[in-house]
Amino acid sequence: MMPIMSDKYRSSRILGVEYPFGHSFGAAGDHEMQRRTLWAALQLLVAAPRPGGRFDLSEQWPGDAREAYKRWQPDEPSPIVLHSMEMIRQAQAAAKQASD
Amino acid sequence: MYEVAPQLDHEPVWAEFDKPLEEATIGLLSSAGIFVEGEQAGFDVERERQEPTWGDPTLRVIQSDVAQADIGATHLHIRTDDLLADVDVALPINRLNELAAEGWIGASAKEHFSVMGFQAEGAEVWRTTTGPEIAARCHAAEIDALILAPA
Repeated sequence: MMPIMSDKYRSSRILGVEYPFGHSFGAAGDHEMQRRTLWAALQLLVAAPRPGGRFDLSEQWPGDAREAYKRWQPDEPSPIVLHSMEMIRQAQAAAKQASD
Repeated sequence: MYEVAPQLDHEPVWAEFDKPLEEATIGLLSSAGIFVEGEQAGFDVERERQEPTWGDPTLRVIQSDVAQADIGATHLHIRTDDLLADVDVALPINRLNELAAEGWIGASAKEHFSVMGFQAEGAEVWRTTTGPEIAARCHAAEIDALILAPA
């Protein structure tokens, strides 16, 4: 899901998947997809050729991927997102006040 | 946390895995905020609401025979509906148990691990307490490999 971050943290073996957040192993109820993803991760233990090796799984998300990528998000923005939005609002207000 | 990931200057930690999978004991770790209802407290999302740059650094141990009905989750950054219906989307305990029963791996660990993915910058408690505790539990349980699954 975040292979770039795994690489940044120097993970030893990385499996990249194109799944929505919260679904590292696949869709709910799709046991075969979950199993294929888990098995791919296990295979890296014996097949990864070098430290930091990354393998991107070509598994496709079943159904409407665009909708799935909207659906993983919580109903309310997370506290850090709200906090960041407030910081931006305050910075914009201060910049406007300075320019007036 | 992700935005402030440090640029580490060391090479990836590496250990050869020379044991056949069919003899190996495998553990799982998810950062989806999973806990066991009625036995464990959920992760402290109320404090996170009060301190938006803080994330609960504690650990929940999930037994390999946990029932789906007992799965709970507290996470303010992802929807948890699907994992509350099917925990294997984030922590594939049942799929791992199946692979063990069929002989593809040696065993599923008796204990798996759950944490909260969002952590404060520096992850001090994680580095000094939570991480070492997970490592010690893996060592004590003779877990050969731990699959880390970000949520």
